[in-house]
Amino acid sequence: MPLPVSITINGAATPLPDDPRVSLLDLLREHLQLPGTKQGCNQGACGACTVLVDGEQRILSCLALAVQYAGRSVTSIEGLADGEGLHPLQQAFIEHDGFQCGYCTPGQICSAIGMAAELRRGVPSYVTDDIAAAAVEFSHDEVRERMSGNLCRCGAYNGIVAAITDTVGEAP
Amino acid sequence: MTPFTFARAADAPEAVRLGAAPGARYLGGGTNLVDLMRETIEQPAIVVDVTGLSSAIEEGPDGSLLIGAAARNTAVAEHPAVRSRYPLLARAIVAGASAQIRNMATVGGNILQRTRCTYFYDDDGARCNKRSPGQGCDAIDGFNRIHAVLGASDACVATHPSDMCVALAALDARVHLDGPQGRRSVALTDLHRLPEDHPELDTILAPGELITAIELPALPFAMHSAYRKVRDRASYAFALVSVAAAIDVSDGTVRDVRLALGGVAHKPWRARIAEDALKGKPATVDSFRAAAAAELAAAKPLRDNAFKIALAQRTLVAVLESLTGRQP
Repeated sequence: MPLPVSITINGAATPLPDDPRVSLLDLLREHLQLPGTKQGCNQGACGACTVLVDGEQRILSCLALAVQYAGRSVTSIEGLADGEGLHPLQQAFIEHDGFQCGYCTPGQICSAIGMAAELRRGVPSYVTDDIAAAAVEFSHDEVRERMSGNLCRCGAYNGIVAAITDTVGEAP
Repeated sequence: MTPFTFARAADAPEAVRLGAAPGARYLGGGTNLVDLMRETIEQPAIVVDVTGLSSAIEEGPDGSLLIGAAARNTAVAEHPAVRSRYPLLARAIVAGASAQIRNMATVGGNILQRTRCTYFYDDDGARCNKRSPGQGCDAIDGFNRIHAVLGASDACVATHPSDMCVALAALDARVHLDGPQGRRSVALTDLHRLPEDHPELDTILAPGELITAIELPALPFAMHSAYRKVRDRASYAFALVSVAAAIDVSDGTVRDVRLALGGVAHKPWRARIAEDALKGKPATVDSFRAAAAAELAAAKPLRDNAFKIALAQRTLVAVLESLTGRQP
């Protein structure tokens, strides 16, 4: 079937690269000069390259060929703020010291937005007690498990969990 | 990455037509194949995106469940019928990878993912019969803590990395295939091979053959089932050992049981010896221990992985104890 010729990045229709080897991550960083999304391991182990597809579905842009997402809509960290107004999670990461060097932060924030959508849908996790329950109870353990795909070499995890808890869940 | 042509198939017939070309590979979410292509371990000439195949999850009148091959791992794990009727499958899926990867990965791709043996990935420095047939295996006398203890050969000691497949093996899942020679279906437990003399062949799939769906037969006692994964860290790591189990006990006697092991073999390991040892026996810790010991009796340790033999037995026993209320 014919492939759509463009991909929507942060609301703007963008032509696809001619070479199908270009990853979604490289499209963002190298072709579109959107370096907010970070390249960490480039093999799906660290989560630094996490972006959102079709709204709030979190994926790893390093393991995605850009052409796989032809016709879809991608949001990177650059697409989250509303003008000068930060996304609530961006603000919460500042308030809770959710980073030190900041390299993993764009991936952490995109991942947390995706995680919040999964929680609202009732997607279970490995630590969910009642796997058949329609709703998942927000907890510290749920956040830690659901964010395990995003590594932070500085070890800012306590601040990251606090920022997410403040924005997404009830205070524990 | 070696250059390739990219094509997207609208449905299974188009995928099979495109996939019949020499050097064609089907692409699901890409979470394994894109990585292997970047490492040049896989060098397809044509990549056929098959995420346009059915991703529907449909309940049959006989209580079965049909899951389209393009269904994402997350979609399967969150489906109400999977969570209520096959909780071991939902648990196995959420035990695997990370949330981002589960959002990308398809059911078909999960089944066909390749081993994470470090020597298979190290194409600069290591010999690997799976990557380069006839080259030799550096894992057998190397660092083999993560490798197989059951069903391995002198040519290959790699393990199959999927969690989902361990649950599918326990559930007697059937894999629906389409290909140049037509359609057929095979048991999941017959799809993956043991390595024998041809570790380069992970499965019995014919060239160009495509997974179109997974069928789960009705299994009422799977409502009470579990998946437990033992790994080096609490999350986001491959299994050292995992156990999928469902058990039907009445009046203290095991009426039926399904057991499968992950992390121990070249394929998801259906533990039929343990199942046969348990059927009709009292549902006691002694029975569980005897069954687990019988299943692992043929295990052969390598230099670094003897611990897996004890670990597999203890995990089997612990899961059965938990399911039968012997222990919280």
